Amino acid sequence: MAALLVLLLAVPAAGLLALYAVPAKLAGRIGALVGALVFLLSLVLLPLFDYGHAGQMQGQLNRRWVPAFDLNFHLGIDGISFPLLLLTTLLTALCLLYAVRTTTKDEAGRTFTALILLLEIGMVGTFVSLDLLLFFLFFEIVLFPMYGLIHHWGTGERQRAANKFILYTLLGSAVMLLGFLLIHAKTGTFDMVRLAQLHGAGMTASVQATAFLLVGLGFAVKTPMWPLHTWLPDAHTSAPTVGSVLLAGVLLKMGTYGFIRIGVGMLPQGAHQYAFALGAFGTVGIVYGALACMAQVRKGGDLKRLIAYSSVGHMGFVLLGIATLTRIGLDGALFASVAHGLITGLLFFIAGGFKERTGTTDLYQLGRGLYERARRYGALVVFAAMASLGLPGLAGFWGELYALVGAARPAAGLTSFGFHLLMAFAGLGMILTATYLLLVVRRLCMGAVTGPSGAGRYPAMPDLTPRELISWTPLAGLTLVAGLWPAVILALADPAVHNLLGGSR
Amino acid sequence: MNVLTAAAGVQSIDWTLLLPVLFTAVGALAVLVADLFLTEERKAWLPWGTVGVLAAGLAAEIVLWTQQSADARGTFCLPGGPNQALSAAGLCSYSVDDFTLTLQTLALGATLLVVLMAPSRFKVPFGEYHFLVLSSLTGALVLVAARDFITITVALETLSLPAFALVGFGRRAGGEAALKFFLMSIASTAVMLFGISLVYGATGSVYFSAVARGLALHQSTAGPVAATGVVLTLVGFAFKVSAVPFHFWTPEVYAGAPIPVAAFLSVVSKSAGFAGLILTVNLAFHPYAHSVGILVAVLAAATMTVGNVIALRQRSAVRLLAWSSVAQAGYVLVPLAVSASNQVSASVAYLVLYAVMNLGAFAVVSALFGGADGQQSGGELAEYRGLYRERPRAAIALAFFLLCLAGLPPGVMGLFAKVAVFKAAVTGNLVWLAAVMAVNVVVALYYYLRWAAVLFTAADPDLIPAPRRPRSVLPLAPRLAVGLALLLAVVFSFWPNPALDALTLQ
Repeated sequence: MAALLVLLLAVPAAGLLALYAVPAKLAGRIGALVGALVFLLSLVLLPLFDYGHAGQMQGQLNRRWVPAFDLNFHLGIDGISFPLLLLTTLLTALCLLYAVRTTTKDEAGRTFTALILLLEIGMVGTFVSLDLLLFFLFFEIVLFPMYGLIHHWGTGERQRAANKFILYTLLGSAVMLLGFLLIHAKTGTFDMVRLAQLHGAGMTASVQATAFLLVGLGFAVKTPMWPLHTWLPDAHTSAPTVGSVLLAGVLLKMGTYGFIRIGVGMLPQGAHQYAFALGAFGTVGIVYGALACMAQVRKGGDLKRLIAYSSVGHMGFVLLGIATLTRIGLDGALFASVAHGLITGLLFFIAGGFKERTGTTDLYQLGRGLYERARRYGALVVFAAMASLGLPGLAGFWGELYALVGAARPAAGLTSFGFHLLMAFAGLGMILTATYLLLVVRRLCMGAVTGPSGAGRYPAMPDLTPRELISWTPLAGLTLVAGLWPAVILALADPAVHNLLGGSR
Repeated sequence: MNVLTAAAGVQSIDWTLLLPVLFTAVGALAVLVADLFLTEERKAWLPWGTVGVLAAGLAAEIVLWTQQSADARGTFCLPGGPNQALSAAGLCSYSVDDFTLTLQTLALGATLLVVLMAPSRFKVPFGEYHFLVLSSLTGALVLVAARDFITITVALETLSLPAFALVGFGRRAGGEAALKFFLMSIASTAVMLFGISLVYGATGSVYFSAVARGLALHQSTAGPVAATGVVLTLVGFAFKVSAVPFHFWTPEVYAGAPIPVAAFLSVVSKSAGFAGLILTVNLAFHPYAHSVGILVAVLAAATMTVGNVIALRQRSAVRLLAWSSVAQAGYVLVPLAVSASNQVSASVAYLVLYAVMNLGAFAVVSALFGGADGQQSGGELAEYRGLYRERPRAAIALAFFLLCLAGLPPGVMGLFAKVAVFKAAVTGNLVWLAAVMAVNVVVALYYYLRWAAVLFTAADPDLIPAPRRPRSVLPLAPRLAVGLALLLAVVFSFWPNPALDALTLQ
């Protein structure tokens, strides 16, 4: 199993080298092949994983790397990281597959594929590393490829957006590094297994509070937490389709994963001290995200920007779930993370499809009557919108419900009145979310094909292509599966969350 | 207990320890003499002669590394100690420990790259150029091994004097830059010598270990005099490493000098300056560690901030590298500010890693823009636009070095360097300084990335006139320099342990 984890990192790296060994026109296919291979390898983990001990780290590998820093090459997965790992390999594989035809056949196509593979190394590494410094290293690896994707393959004000993205996140992660070093200075270890066992022992409450603040700032930028989210809408609006899918689907999860694993698991007193603030910022994000989305449903409003703001709202629920510091809240946060990866990935694919067909993602220029113009495409839009608004039976429902249930009974010592208030606002946010998504559906899918000024006002709209079907339906299918049978993920996550909280609650 | 007795006594000299210095000193003279007797065509081989000298020096370092034990080996020691290797009093002028060996290897390797990176149409008198480079290197090699104030001053001058002449080779503004450099440098040396004389007056010795004992003993009686001496001595070194506010000369000199010389100044000369600073702060002045620490912390914060903020506005490649090297000097200072525990290893690690990535960047700039007449400037950033299309390998190499300098993966080596410094600061409870540095790292990322991004942006035919750079194949030597730097950078990215090993200063 440990060998498999190493392979998950080595295969993209080998693919990267292979890209430069073959003619540039094959780059897209090599990328798709590598992506599929990595996904299959991660599927092999499924039967190997010991579900009876999902709370324990499995497949551990620990090698000394840089003794001077106490940096070890320590890998392993448990019930928290495993679902996120699968999500990562799946989304990357789908993106690489989707990109085969859109990628140019020249040097640029090679670079494009290389950046995605580099991104995959960073994303996979973040979820499987069990050494804080190694985690930081992988956390940083994703920055440059994503910057490159936005900067060179983006649209609109792409350079500004790319700069904003990388400067924000780098500032966050530099501060995060300080937090890690502070933890090391007090406990003498970067080993995440050891630190989880210590569960804060060896650090006074004030040290934990400082460390949580430093580390949390890095994760809050990444998640993103309101008011540090401002890089996200710009980045998403400018990024190419696969960039947006991976950014929303995986990169944001690196922030929530860090909050859960490091913030809650290793700095419990620090987390306790800032829990309410975290929940409050998350709730503001929910309401703010929903209102910002509503504001996008207008002339000149952008579909990609709208999905980006909806991410701020969804991640608000995740933060609220984490802030409750309860088992159910954290379960919900993890579930919502995975669900958001599936649903928002799908939404960005759909937006990318619009862009490809019409050259715009402007909500009002896209036109109406999608049901009539492209029946299946319209159905998929509605499906994704329903999943995003949290329709019971689809993946978006459970995570947010659990987060709210967690907020109803927050962990001992947290202000329950405050959390009830947050719960009420989050509920309001849910209603607003439903509102704007229904507005979007009405705007895009319903109505007459011909506008008031006569026939043929809207451009022709080809229906789903086979390529799109292949790369999008897995996401739709999993959204349904996770919605109907949430235990798939919860059974994995719950024991791990139990251990994470010190095994008490 | 003073210099006179030392001079009167007979010192035994361990010549093996001096081998690297001897190789470069003799090599310098050999190159100068060879230049007189060689015909014009054959002079093209002179650089390879210099490369041979440097390779011999590196081989000598390897021999010394293999003989290295935990204890330092000294030579030019005061006689009378029970143990000649390192007398009980520890009063040796020249000491070889792992600090010395690391920095000597760094200086030799860096000079090798500098010699190789000279572009094809590098129009300088070959013999003199290589003589001056090797002489200056000799000064650097002695400086890092020096353990008394006289030796260190002589070494520093041996390092600096040839450097003035080297800067003067610059075509555009070489003369002016050289004069500025010269005046600044002698002013700083004068200040430093005054400081050293005060320290000598207060403690009665020039040997670092004896000075430390003296300072600890006489702290109450000779307080103000000794303190003034300490501060003035440090100011002298602050000039050498171009710490703010003693940094004014740097950009002008780098921009005016030929690019390989600028690379030499920013790596070899600067590392030697840091070595001097590290030696004096940690060996001679450690009774004042706390106050010196505060002073250095302020210097570090000011240096990195000013360097980065001004680098943001630079449009010329070499000026950007010059200002960024000011900023990087600030990072090297950070571990020196930690007074509670010895964090010297972090500074040395940063120097070693920085040398590789900075020389790599300089090598690419020099190979592409350093040769043609009127283009010794290194080019404007705009001229790098679309380099990836024209010279993909050079562009990828330059982008990698820039990412290393920024400390952003895939430039993992640079990240390791930053982590070393951050770790030293956090361990030493200087979290505020670490926070200042964190902000600076982000600022620096902006300008490094901007440059790196330009390389991959398609050239805009409307804005940029027809490419002026010759499409000729680059000669072997600069390609070798870039290749070596790239190889080292990749190796250090996966296995940085040689640079990060803990050092002991003796």
